[in-house]
Amino acid sequence: MDRLVARYVAKMVEQRIADDGMPVLGCRDSDIVWSREDPKITGILEDVFEHLNINSLLHCRPAEPYGSMIEYLAAHSDGAILPQDTETRTFLHDLPLAASFTMEEVVHNLKRRKTVILPGGEIISFGTVSPQQAFIGFSSVCFACFVKFMSDRLQDYRAAKMDDPARRIMDDALQKLQISHTHEKISHGGPYITQDEVHREMARVGRLTVMNGMVDSYFGNISYLMDDTLYISQTGSSLDELEGTIDPYPLDGSSCAGITASSELTAHLRILETTGKRAILHGHPKFSVIMSLDCRVEDCDGAGRCHLECPKMRTIGDVPIVSGEVGTGRYGLCNTVPEAMVGNRGVIVYGHGLFTVGQTDLDEPLNNLLDIERLCLDEFVRLTS
Amino acid sequence: MVRYGWTGRILEVYLGDRTSRVIEPPAWLYEKFIGGKGLAGHYLSQHLDMEWDDPDMPILIFAGPLVGTRAPTSGRTTVMSRSPLTGTVGDTSVGGGLGTKMKRARYDGIILRGSSNKWIGVEIVDDSVAFVDASPLLGLTNGDAMDLLAGKGSVALIGPAAQRGVRFSSLMVDRHFAAARNGIGLGFAKKQIKYLSIDGGARVPVYDARELVRAREDIFRLVSASPILLGESGIRNMGTPALYDLMHTRRMMPTDNFRTTFFSDAPDLNANAVKERYSPRKKGCTGCHILCKKGSRDGVVLPEFETLSHFTALLCNNDLHTAVRANELCNEYGIDTISAAVTLACFSEIEGERLTPDRIMEILGQIVRREDIGDQLADGSALWAASRGKPSLSMSVKGLELPAYDPRGAYGMALAYATSTRGGCHLRAYPIGHEILRKPVATDRFSFAGKARTIKIAEDTNAVIDSLTACKFVFFASSLEEYAHALTAVTGVETTATDLSKTGERIYYHERIMNARWGFSSKDDDLPPRFFEEAGSSGPDFDVPPLNRDDFLGARGRYYKIRGLDADGAPTRDKAKELDLKWTG
Ligand code: SF4
Ligand SMILES: [Zn+2]
Ligand SMILES: [Zn+2]
Repeated sequence: MDRLVARYVAKMVEQRIADDGMPVLGCRDSDIVWSREDPKITGILEDVFEHLNINSLLHCRPAEPYGSMIEYLAAHSDGAILPQDTETRTFLHDLPLAASFTMEEVVHNLKRRKTVILPGGEIISFGTVSPQQAFIGFSSVCFACFVKFMSDRLQDYRAAKMDDPARRIMDDALQKLQISHTHEKISHGGPYITQDEVHREMARVGRLTVMNGMVDSYFGNISYLMDDTLYISQTGSSLDELEGTIDPYPLDGSSCAGITASSELTAHLRILETTGKRAILHGHPKFSVIMSLDCRVEDCDGAGRCHLECPKMRTIGDVPIVSGEVGTGRYGLCNTVPEAMVGNRGVIVYGHGLFTVGQTDLDEPLNNLLDIERLCLDEFVRLTS
Repeated sequence: MVRYGWTGRILEVYLGDRTSRVIEPPAWLYEKFIGGKGLAGHYLSQHLDMEWDDPDMPILIFAGPLVGTRAPTSGRTTVMSRSPLTGTVGDTSVGGGLGTKMKRARYDGIILRGSSNKWIGVEIVDDSVAFVDASPLLGLTNGDAMDLLAGKGSVALIGPAAQRGVRFSSLMVDRHFAAARNGIGLGFAKKQIKYLSIDGGARVPVYDARELVRAREDIFRLVSASPILLGESGIRNMGTPALYDLMHTRRMMPTDNFRTTFFSDAPDLNANAVKERYSPRKKGCTGCHILCKKGSRDGVVLPEFETLSHFTALLCNNDLHTAVRANELCNEYGIDTISAAVTLACFSEIEGERLTPDRIMEILGQIVRREDIGDQLADGSALWAASRGKPSLSMSVKGLELPAYDPRGAYGMALAYATSTRGGCHLRAYPIGHEILRKPVATDRFSFAGKARTIKIAEDTNAVIDSLTACKFVFFASSLEEYAHALTAVTGVETTATDLSKTGERIYYHERIMNARWGFSSKDDDLPPRFFEEAGSSGPDFDVPPLNRDDFLGARGRYYKIRGLDADGAPTRDKAKELDLKWTG
């Protein structure tokens, strides 16, 4: 348990969603193990543990720019923040705000939802099986709030009503991003010919995807086709730690060992069919998501159902934007992305993320992902300055 | 008075004098126990001084508040009594249309009391209850009997095996669905009820239909995002045998009476093999869009994962068709496939006899007729192994035979088998969700760290699911958060995931109290010694060692503490009071 606690705290710092020494993560079997003792926080959280049927609890103010963004959103929302991205819609539903950091307020909110935001921008989240759930809840709130904050600014700017604090938070965030957002095109060649090579390359490219901020841990997926077997990351695997979590899916369906494969397996399979490509990468790069939410079509019949069925052909540059939900349901993105991918390097899913493809190696979809995100960032900067 | 979701009415049927009456429990009782398994447990707990075969021991058929509404996967029902097989609380969740029809006849539950002096069927249509001579059905298999009962709404039926006294008899519902475990079918036979049919035309009133649609959309969205449910290899496409390959690659497929955990022929006997040979059709419980059940083109029910695994690997049988036929025989005569297969494997090990396909079918036939060796095996593996002086070779917990997940490959599963209130059951906590299927997130399957609380929480959650009554499969994707929303929409009673979870804790603790009264303690919360002494089969890059006894006991001790039990696993007055349960210790 100590090991698990240390692991997720380290991961938060690594992914720059928390500053070193900030997270207070507790994990409870018969007793509670804390990542650090801070009586002002752990005192209340111990009480919270008593009132909920859970096994882990996380309290942390996120690193910048997330902390300021969340604080700003909290101050400008009533009761809850309501982001429009798919991650929130599917898994968190909404982001309730607590009036103060007391046991009662925290318990009241966590009885209904997986996370709660405190007035100072701190996030509290929990797990019932593993502290990993608390980690995911925390990082999802950071992601959702970043997207919401920036989307709101785009609208503010158009309405010419952006206030100074918001402008400052946005500019800081953009500046940091531009500096850290550098990459050079690399290719390790392909096609890959051994299973070991496939595993190694998937792990390497997965790690680069996370390191470049193109997706949070435990989201996104990656696949590569070799010898009529699609190698694909498992559901809930972490693209920066793919070792041991890649499933082989034989195209003839002769084994179900891939039942644990990514929820987007069907989409990957259909993309292979429509495009004849070999390598697929899916991440949640923030500006692709933000720009996908920015629809300026007026009097659209589909308004309000944009995430389900968008009747228009929308693009950013050369990249199509389609609707579609996670997985295989009636509105599943497996019904929209594969068609849209034909003749394109990538497809953005409304409010969700970006799929990219490559012919022989996995670097190609990674480069596509980074380039399209850059395109979206540039577009965002252009529209707000 | 409850007005929405619940009907507010329970039908009490007195089999002795063939009368019935309707009782209307107070609203607080519904809120305290939800319905389904929870409410059934409340009525069971009034009979703590009785053996399972006491004529006054009731059989309880209860559906929860969501049943009959548009809440997803809410077509399930609990059937409960004291178990004829284990002597524990004996409940089983069953699909089909039973609960839905019961709610439409405006009952939340049916309590069968007393005992008939000849074989009868109980036919319920709305407010009318008829007692019908069932003797024409006695010689028939379940399929033939179901044919004769067609048109009577939903039908729950026991087969010839229960009539002859097989201890692990099932109750079959609407042909395809078995209330299989714990020998519930024998309870019906003891009361000489051959079948119960029910039909009704009322609608279940819903408090806020628009909110229910919203909750439903949230749940559907999560189900769509779940590879285990709707993915290419998920249970909608492949049925529960989808798990077969995974258990094989993870080296946790119980083989040769759990002597090994690897069956080399498994790749030829998997869900895909079933698909190619039998071209399955999708079937499901009323009100479910997942449709995980599979039937062949000519109407034969195809085996679930547990059955397929146990009738192949556990018996070292590599003939797929034998597994399908064995499943069919169990369903037609009405016995639990898991208990049947494990009992055969126990026989095979003790007698040192490899069972050929013909021999498997022959002994099964003898069991359902209680003839020859079948007469002894019909009491289950635990009694039989004990009678042969080798009790440890019965792969069971509290006398209930173990399903097809070897506990050496999933330590949470090991603990959950031991603590389950109905004996060797995988569904009370289903840690396979996180230990193997990575839902809601993955945990280390070879570790007990943190598992005590995880199991306790899952037991509480599943007690809620069985009380709502919903299907556990949907919880691979959804959680109590979304179902609390659905429940509030249906009943108008404000609730949260945490409130429900607390109710689940009450329901589960209640079962511990009942079991304690019936003599169960820590000595029964244990696994067969084999799992601590013999290793499982190694994988390509991992070993499957025996369970470490001290680690297991340590985790069990933490579980007791977290659950509010004493060191011997017994309930305490304080905890009972905290949970607002009557103290009977
Ligand atoms: S998933 Fe299967 S068992 Fe569950 S309700 Fe649906 S059909 Fe029935
Ligand atoms: Zn770049
Ligand atoms: Zn995604």
